[in-house]
Amino acid sequence: MEVLQEGKGELIGWHDPDENRKWILENKSRDLKDKRTTVREAVEKYVKNGSFIAMGGFGHIRVSMAVIYEIIRQKKRNLIFAGKTAVHDSDLLIASDCVSKIEVAYAFGHELRGLSPASRRLVEERKCKVIAEISNAGYQWRFLAAMMGVPFIPTRNLLGTDTLKQSSAKVVKDPFSKKPICLVPACYPDVVVMHVPRCDMYGNAQIDGIIIEDFELSRAGRRVIMTTEKIIDNDEIREKPWLTVIPFFLVDAVIEVPYGSHPCNMPYKYYFDEEHIGEWLEMSRTPEGVNKYFEKYVYSVEKFEDYLELIGGQKKLKYLEDVEHLKAKLKAPWLERKRKR
Amino acid sequence: MAEKETNYTQTELLATVAGRLLEDKKSVFVGTGLPMIATMFAQRTHAPKLLIFFEAGSMGPQVPVLPISVGDSRTFYKAIAASSMHDSMSLTQAGYMDYGFLGAAQIDIYGNINTTVIGPYDNFKVRLPGSGGANDVGSLCQKTIVIMRQDKLRFVEKVDFITTPGYLSGKGAREEAGLPEGGGPYRIITQLGVYGFDDKTKKMKLLFLHPGVNLEKVKENSSFDIIIPDKIEFTTPPTEKERKILHEIDPTGMAIGK
Repeated sequence: MEVLQEGKGELIGWHDPDENRKWILENKSRDLKDKRTTVREAVEKYVKNGSFIAMGGFGHIRVSMAVIYEIIRQKKRNLIFAGKTAVHDSDLLIASDCVSKIEVAYAFGHELRGLSPASRRLVEERKCKVIAEISNAGYQWRFLAAMMGVPFIPTRNLLGTDTLKQSSAKVVKDPFSKKPICLVPACYPDVVVMHVPRCDMYGNAQIDGIIIEDFELSRAGRRVIMTTEKIIDNDEIREKPWLTVIPFFLVDAVIEVPYGSHPCNMPYKYYFDEEHIGEWLEMSRTPEGVNKYFEKYVYSVEKFEDYLELIGGQKKLKYLEDVEHLKAKLKAPWLERKRKR
Repeated sequence: MAEKETNYTQTELLATVAGRLLEDKKSVFVGTGLPMIATMFAQRTHAPKLLIFFEAGSMGPQVPVLPISVGDSRTFYKAIAASSMHDSMSLTQAGYMDYGFLGAAQIDIYGNINTTVIGPYDNFKVRLPGSGGANDVGSLCQKTIVIMRQDKLRFVEKVDFITTPGYLSGKGAREEAGLPEGGGPYRIITQLGVYGFDDKTKKMKLLFLHPGVNLEKVKENSSFDIIIPDKIEFTTPPTEKERKILHEIDPTGMAIGK
C-alpha cells in the first residue's frame, strides 16, 4: 500500500497486535472472581506515574469522578491523558499537575459553559503538552481497532486537514477503491476508568442510556477500573444477559460508589451539578483558587461520603435527581456570569 | 420587511433562520449550543419528522429542554435508540446524514473551520478545544451548516489551522483528498446574513442579509472578498410565536439569552 501522508503527532498507546495478544494471554484473568476493592487500592495498584489513561463516558456524562479525585489525592505525576471528549476530568487532572501530556479530540472546554480557565492556562504556559490531535470519531475508531486486535482502522474523516497533519494517522491509497483513505492506529490505554449504573462483583456491567464509546474502550484498555452506583447479584445479570455491555473478564477492579460521578450527569439518576461545576470554573480562574478547590474537596477529604456532604449532602443529591427527572429547575450560576462578561 | 415589528434579539434571529433551513423527513447531526436550539425549533415547527442524531449515540429523540452537552440525558429523551458513538459516526460515514450542524471560531473563504489554535500550531497564542466531533461532521455529513459570529478576525482569508474541512483549496479538493463525494459546507449563518458557496469556485457567496444589515457591514466584517450577487434577499425575522417556542426550548436562556 502506498503511503500518501503521515501525521506528525506522537503515536500513543499503540502496540503490535501480537504483542498485545501476548499481554492479554498472560495478564487478563478469565476467572469469575470477586473483584471488589476500594478506590484507593485500585488507583494505587493500576495507575502508575506515566500511565496512559482514558475515562469512560462523555464530557461531563457518566465519568468516574471518585477515581479522578483519588488520582489527584495520590498525586500521580506525568500521566498521559486520552482527551477523547475530555471536559471536567482532564481539566482537574491537568490543573492538579497529574497530567502532563494529552492527545486531543476535545479538551480545555466545558461545552456550553465556556472554556476551561485552568487547563487552558496550563497548556498555554506549555506546562501541559498536546502530543497529537484527532477527532471524536477518530479516537473512537482507534479504540475499535484495538478492540478488534488489528493495527489500524480505515476511515474517511480527517482527510485534507491540519487535524490529520498533527495526528498519528496516516493516509494511504486504498487498494480497493484506489482513493486516498485515512488509517487511524489502534489505541490501547494502560488504564481505562468507567462509571456504570450497575454491575456485579465480578465486573459484569449494564449501562442505561447511550453507551458512548464504552463498549470499545472497555475492550481496548489493558486494565479497567470500574466504579458503579450499585453492585447487583450475578443472578440479575444472568436473567437479562443482553443488557451486559461490559463482561467481567475485561474488568480488573470493582468499587461501589453511589453518586460516584458527581458533579457529572448520571443518566436516569442525577443531572449535572451546575452549582458545583460553576464553583470550580470560578475558583480555577487563578492558581490560588485551584489549590483552594483541591484542598477543600480532595486533599482534606478521606471518604467519598464526606465529599458528598461537602457538596450539599442528601438535599443537594435529591435536587439533582429531581432536575434529571425534569421535576426541578436547573440552577446554573456560571450562566449569570457568562451573561455579564 | 415585515410590517409587524417584533422585538427579537440577534440570537433569536440566528436560531430561527438556521432552524428554517432544516427540512422535514431528513436527518441532522447536531452540535452543542445554537445548533441544538435551531434543530429543536425546526422539530417543533415545520419539521416534526426531522431525524435528530447526537454524536454520543442518541437517535431520533424528542428533546424536552436544551441539553448542556451533546451527550447528556436530555439528548436521548424519548429517543428511538440510545446507541453508541461508533454507531452514530459509522452511519454518518455510510451516508445516512443529510445535514450536519456546527459552531465555529474561525472560517475561511472555502468554509474551512478552525477550532484548534489561534496562531501558528507550533507556537500558538490561544488554545481552543480542538475538533471534538466537528471534523467528523464536516467530513462525513452531506451538507454542513455553520452558525457563528462574524468579524474580521473570524472571517479570515486562511484559517490558522484547518480543524474541519470546508472545500479545502477549492472545487474538487475534498474528493481529491479522499473525503466522501458531494459533501461540504452548505450554509454559513452569522449575525449579518446567510452565506453559501459559488458552484464553480466553492468560494463563499452572500445569499441573504438580515433585516437592517447592509453590504458595507458585510464587507467591514470580513478579511476576504465575499462574492456579492446582483440581487440580494433578506431573511425573515422570528414572529412572536416563534420567539415563544425558542424560550420554551431554552427556559434558562443558556444559549438563546433572556
